[in-house]
Amino acid sequence: MTVVYSMQHRDPRDEDLIKGTTGDWEIILGLEVHAQISSKAKLFSGASTEFGAEPNTQVSLVDAALPGMLPVINRYCVEQAVKTGLGLRAKINPYSVFDRKNYFYPDLPQGYQISQFKSPIVGEGEVVIDLAGGRSIAVGIERLHMEQDAGKSVHDLAPGNSHVDLNRSGVALMEIVSKPDMRSSDEARAYVTKLRTILRYLGTCDGNMEEGSLRADVNVSVRRPGEKLGTRCEIKNVNSIRFIGQAIEYEARRQIEILEEGGSITQETRLFDPKAGETRSMRSKEEAHDYRYFPDPDLLPLVLDQADIDRIAANLPELPDDKKARLMSEYGLSAYDATVLVGEAATADYYEAVMKSGKPGRDGKLAVNWMTSDLYGALNREGHTIETSPVSPKQLGELVDLITDGTISGRIAKDVFDSMYKTGRDPAEIVEKDGLRQVTDTGAIEAAVDAIMAANPDKVAQAKEKPALAGWFVGQVMKSTSGKANPQVVNEIIAAKLGASSDD
Amino acid sequence: MSVDQNTVRRIAKLARIAVREDELPALAGELNTILDWVEMLGEVDTQGVEPMTSAVAMTMKMREDVVTSGNHQKDVTGNAPSSEDGFYVVPRVVE
Repeated sequence: MTVVYSMQHRDPRDEDLIKGTTGDWEIILGLEVHAQISSKAKLFSGASTEFGAEPNTQVSLVDAALPGMLPVINRYCVEQAVKTGLGLRAKINPYSVFDRKNYFYPDLPQGYQISQFKSPIVGEGEVVIDLAGGRSIAVGIERLHMEQDAGKSVHDLAPGNSHVDLNRSGVALMEIVSKPDMRSSDEARAYVTKLRTILRYLGTCDGNMEEGSLRADVNVSVRRPGEKLGTRCEIKNVNSIRFIGQAIEYEARRQIEILEEGGSITQETRLFDPKAGETRSMRSKEEAHDYRYFPDPDLLPLVLDQADIDRIAANLPELPDDKKARLMSEYGLSAYDATVLVGEAATADYYEAVMKSGKPGRDGKLAVNWMTSDLYGALNREGHTIETSPVSPKQLGELVDLITDGTISGRIAKDVFDSMYKTGRDPAEIVEKDGLRQVTDTGAIEAAVDAIMAANPDKVAQAKEKPALAGWFVGQVMKSTSGKANPQVVNEIIAAKLGASSDD
Repeated sequence: MSVDQNTVRRIAKLARIAVREDELPALAGELNTILDWVEMLGEVDTQGVEPMTSAVAMTMKMREDVVTSGNHQKDVTGNAPSSEDGFYVVPRVVE
């Protein structure tokens, strides 16, 4: 397995430091990720969670906070939180409590959000993130708690007014809080990417950032390497992985500039503006953060049965780290290739289908290369996904075999692949019908080489002086054989002929 | 524990309750009387007693993940002072 470094003893890496005008700075990052639980109904009501409905059509009387309504918790949502906790290798708390987080805002009709404050459902865990150059580090999870989402306010429909839609109000969220274990925007992006992969494997959150199913609050502070933590700013609700990176880069430099000019950082909440590429202070009132949490008297403590936790644990799918390790050992893949494949469960599934569809011993590395270059390229170009690929895993596997056993060259294989993609035909059929079989018959190749040499005596003379010119003959032979000649055999024959004649 | 007038002003503001300056001394007095009374409860020895979460010993009732409610757009916005195209309309809350 990959070596995982413990964060407690982590020395700053030179490449992560930001060079200021007065010396180096280290960025310290912690993330709070809000992940919407993939449930049909809301956390405490029977209204639908479906995205994109007409405003206020998915609002029960509970969500509208009409007097006398009482919340009743959705069992499925609880199970998904537990499942996610187990997927984060975290401690599940059999006893947790829902609290009221009090604040006033038009899209929060109750005047409080039901959340978990002192006693969350999930405690400490860990996410291993995969970085450039095969480096892996473990990012600590502080906790995961369940809470309600708020409604949505739209500010640009009419001047002077805001419009409120409560469809999202009461939808179940998991807030996943990391420890301040990340040291660069790359690490923060890798963390969210990995978290999203884990959630998708588990099926507990669809990870769709465009629809707001996954959003991150990013805590940024800077310090001199090794010194104590600086004052942090929280960038709220960043909704794409790219923006997370941009927001961190901007915010860290903003803080460094202030500190280097002798100023100090004010702890505050900021917003990232993707258009301007900068973070801005949210107009915050002094008392905005006094939430006066207290246990929600409408809800009893949430008590989990160990038997239920065990049942969920027993039914966990294979997680990305385990799948990666297995792909590496079963198919001899590099850590890099295995990481690419496990990023989406469907991609790893396709790969395994390729490898299992034919005879054992299919070239695993070659199969990855064909998937990640030609297949991905075509899928992206044509607007397909791996699930809707016109080329089946079995067909791609057969193509790999045709290359491995020398029936076609890698170059011809590209044409065969294009034809497979367009027509859905099997590669063997294309090779036969279109006469693309590779020519390995040395006699035929030699004849082709001789013909070209005879027609170009001047080039032969030049190539004898400058062996690099042999490439010209290779090109000509490939051309005259429509690319079907085995390139290795062609190279050998040309080298032999030029070399042999120069000995004369 | 006791509260002063500043605390009362702050609590009122957080609760969005309009309190006139001349009401503050009386409110502070009332709140302090309540707090004194609560403090009396602190004299009871609760060592080793689990916090009570319900008058009747029971666990939380749960619901299955089934959509049972919705499409009450007119009803849920019916009591709002203003609504439009299915939205609640409120005074603008951002700059």
